[in-house]
Amino acid sequence: MYPSRFGYESPKTVEEAVAILDAHGGEAKVLAGGQSLVPMLKLRFAAPEMLVDINSIEGLRYHRVDADGTIRIGALCRHEDLEEDDAVAKAVPTIAAAAPLVADPIVRTRGTFVGSVCHADPQGDWAAAMTALGGHIVAQGPKGKRDIPMKDFVIGPFQNTLAFNEIAVEAVIPAPKGVRVGNYLKLERRVGDFATASVAVALDMVGDTVANAGIALAGVGGRTINANDAASGLIGKKLTAENISSVAAAVAAAAEPRTDHRGSADYKRQIVKTFVERILTGLANSSQKAA
Amino acid sequence: MTSLYDEVQAAPGEGVPTRRVTIKVNGEDRTVDVEPRLLLAHLLRQGLKLTGTHTGCDTTNCGACTILFEGRPIKSCTMLAVQADGHSIETVEGLASASELHPIQEGFKEEHGLHCGFCTPGMMLAAKALLDKNDNPTEDEVRWALSGNLCRCTGYQNIVKSVLWAAEKMRAESK
Ligand SMILES: Cc1cc2nc3c(=O)[nH]c(=O)nc-3n(C[C@H](O)[C@H](O)[C@H](O)COP(=O)(O)OP(=O)(O)OC[C@H]3O[C@@H](n4cnc5c(N)ncnc54)[C@H](O)[C@@H]3O)c2cc1C
Ligand code: FES
Ligand code: FES
Repeated sequence: MYPSRFGYESPKTVEEAVAILDAHGGEAKVLAGGQSLVPMLKLRFAAPEMLVDINSIEGLRYHRVDADGTIRIGALCRHEDLEEDDAVAKAVPTIAAAAPLVADPIVRTRGTFVGSVCHADPQGDWAAAMTALGGHIVAQGPKGKRDIPMKDFVIGPFQNTLAFNEIAVEAVIPAPKGVRVGNYLKLERRVGDFATASVAVALDMVGDTVANAGIALAGVGGRTINANDAASGLIGKKLTAENISSVAAAVAAAAEPRTDHRGSADYKRQIVKTFVERILTGLANSSQKAA
Repeated sequence: MTSLYDEVQAAPGEGVPTRRVTIKVNGEDRTVDVEPRLLLAHLLRQGLKLTGTHTGCDTTNCGACTILFEGRPIKSCTMLAVQADGHSIETVEGLASASELHPIQEGFKEEHGLHCGFCTPGMMLAAKALLDKNDNPTEDEVRWALSGNLCRCTGYQNIVKSVLWAAEKMRAESK
């Protein structure tokens, strides 16, 4: 398998990259880690006229926690950069838990966090984690930068709201209102498989009370499922068994699973419910221990 | 040299836009004109005749095409050859010297880490990436590091033993 012909540029700055995208009026595509785009080019699901490879742009491979607790992930931060990093584990446990579950270790050396969010695969792990964390994407276009909240960023399967001449330069996760806890559970058939069902949970705790709650799902709908409405049932409350089971039921109801080779719709919905309960119960137990 | 999809030729093909790239392959600079759509795995195999890099699935799943790109393992069927311009890569041909096998290769021989051998080059480079970072991995860490590489023959048991054998030998040698 090989792709159809395309032009190729590897600009050195974001401004140049944006100018090339702009000049091609929708016929150019950004190439980041290439771990979704190159397979699609080979299958000829994508046949752009021009590829704008952003890998030669300096200064985009970073992830950091600002003094105020805001987390910033640059466009060339690879999946593997987020694995086994103590600062990430402390600041955003949801991301630390998901990092080793994305694809396989070799794909993780190239694939990028931001590229995965842009790809908006309904089974993608990072779009779900970003949605639960209430993050936003910083897009840079010919007129400068703008912030796009996750709830407005992924709008369908493989669809984001970037303009054709915009590049996602950074993913931002806001500072927590209190202490951030969270987890990510994914059911996969084997290493490297996409999710049969997965659940991202991010909570901000003040003492033993939930100050902010986010939950999102992958693999159980035609797009990333934003279950933040269901999760908001926890806000102002404690993680009691009763509260946990009512939120788990509400999240499971928000899933839109379909029966396929990975399992029946009922099975996937049941997995979602179990995972939400398991994660929240685990968080309740560990916050009790910490207290 | 020009490497296009259907042919390897001395001069660029007519009407096919190419780019000149220089890639350090196993320590040696190689300059080639390539079509942007040429995959690195195909440049290695067809263009540079380095057929040790195998293509198994062509869909980024099997890891047979694994090489080291700036020391990290990548699937060469999922990188464009133009993207390697100015970079240093290592293929299985770079492991052994003229007279001596690399300890990882020796390990696969000693512990019978292969049957048909199709997955072996990718396994060995994924193993090298692991051992370069961690000279004393546990069995679990070896299995985890090789989890992006598929083998249809061995059942993995002997591959894991081979890598542990190599780790021990490399530790002894570096003392
Ligand atoms: C075998 C295999 C298994 C996988 N398993 C999983 C899995 O379990 N979970 C999971 O979540 N993913 C999985 N993936 C996908 C992987 O995580 C990809 O790395 C990711 O989806 C895309 O990131 P990328 O950097 O490789 O993007 P690319 O492939 O380079 O790009 C993907 C798309 O996003 C656009 N894009 C990328 N970056 C930007 C940017 N900065 N600005 C604007 N547009 C941009 C591109 O134009 C393209 O349309 C798997 C991939 C493979 C090959
Ligand atoms: S041939 Fe590249 S991963 Fe299978
Ligand atoms: S030895 Fe045959 S595929 Fe691994």
